[in-house]
Amino acid sequence: MIPASFEYVAPTSVADALAALAEHGDDAKILAGGQSLLPVLRMRLNAPEWVIDLGRIDGLRGIRDAGDHLAIGAMTTHHDVGRDPLVHEHALLISKAITHLADAQVRHRGTFGGALAHADPAGDLGAPACALQASFVLQGPGGTRTVPAAEFFVDLFETAISDDEILTEIQVPKHDGWGASYEKFVRVAHQWPIVAVAATVRMEGDTIAEARVGLTNMGSTPVRAEEAEEALAGCPATEEGVAEAAALAAEGTDPPSDLNGDADYRRHLAGVLTRRAVLAAAGRNGTTAPV
Amino acid sequence: MTRISLTVDGQQVTDDVEPRTLLVQYLREQLGKTGTVIGCDTSNCGACTVHLDGTSVKSCNVLAVQADGSEVTTVEGLAGEDGTLHPVQEAFRECHGLQCGFCTPGMIMQTVDLLAENPDPSEEAIRLGLEGNLCRCTGYHNIVRAVQHAAGAGSDTERSGQDTGVTA
Repeated sequence: MIPASFEYVAPTSVADALAALAEHGDDAKILAGGQSLLPVLRMRLNAPEWVIDLGRIDGLRGIRDAGDHLAIGAMTTHHDVGRDPLVHEHALLISKAITHLADAQVRHRGTFGGALAHADPAGDLGAPACALQASFVLQGPGGTRTVPAAEFFVDLFETAISDDEILTEIQVPKHDGWGASYEKFVRVAHQWPIVAVAATVRMEGDTIAEARVGLTNMGSTPVRAEEAEEALAGCPATEEGVAEAAALAAEGTDPPSDLNGDADYRRHLAGVLTRRAVLAAAGRNGTTAPV
Repeated sequence: MTRISLTVDGQQVTDDVEPRTLLVQYLREQLGKTGTVIGCDTSNCGACTVHLDGTSVKSCNVLAVQADGSEVTTVEGLAGEDGTLHPVQEAFRECHGLQCGFCTPGMIMQTVDLLAENPDPSEEAIRLGLEGNLCRCTGYHNIVRAVQHAAGAGSDTERSGQDTGVTA
């Protein structure tokens, strides 16, 4: 399958990309790594008149230590983010999630910002971004604004990015010393999760002092399991204690039903996977070492 | 049409392509490099895997225009000029790491990438590293053996012949 014809432009600066976006507006799609967009174009689910390729803008790649947070360039590949020592040190949850994302070839090509802007609720990066309370830097004709994760994901494949804006950077607050785990339940290799749970915890001795839990594919957007997070704070890191708190993971969610599982099954999975993810993040089952 | 210049299997090429042309389509139809095959057309199967600037990609999921200025290596560029097979090709032949052979170009290209990153992978690392390559004959046992053989680890981790025997 081959995409419908389109015009192609590959600007070398964000300013030029914004100008192209302003000119072609509704008729344009932004191309990042293309690992989600190209299948969509090939299957002709979308047929933009213009494709604006951000791949030639060097400034959108790379990871930098910005004091209290990491600044991840939107066009940095999953492969590069996943192997980055800064990410491993300050945002372990992202390193963990990326080992489960798609396959090696897709990770070489797909980008951190592209996947987040695509906003597939079954994508593997939304839940970690929510759990780590990442912020999204959007550049538009009027300047730059920063949107918190809780406001970035609006609906299925829909984000707070306006038609005239580009996601340029993701800011991830440092979580030094926090344990992390991404538990993904999937039917076949390298596919989207039926449900996945991103958990990161700060331990004080044998007690979970703070926990952040993000849920993948439990609604039209990635969400935080806030009731479970509250119950986990101050909870002893034991199987029983964590299981009780994790049972609250699906509270307030509205998961989809499809061929892979109905909503009730997903709620069940969310509890089980939250228990596993939190225990692993707390170092209770020996799986917190980098994969 | 957009003009692109790139290096494919060591040769500099310049062509005009429609922006919608997929890299795999360009390689096969414009350059005649039919060693790279199209399997699923949905970016799942990995049969079309090539190296783009040194790392593996699915060439059905890259536009030819995105490869402008890049270096592409296909399965046809692995062997030496005198026809000497690449060690990974040799290992797939030695271990019969194929049944129908359709997935083989992608399996070989992904294996070269995997071993470049991890020269001594465990069986689990091999299976995870080849996660994006599907063998519809399900001939995975011998494919894994071929990768182990190429890595020089075959004898340590091989199972008995009965377990890994080819059934096709």
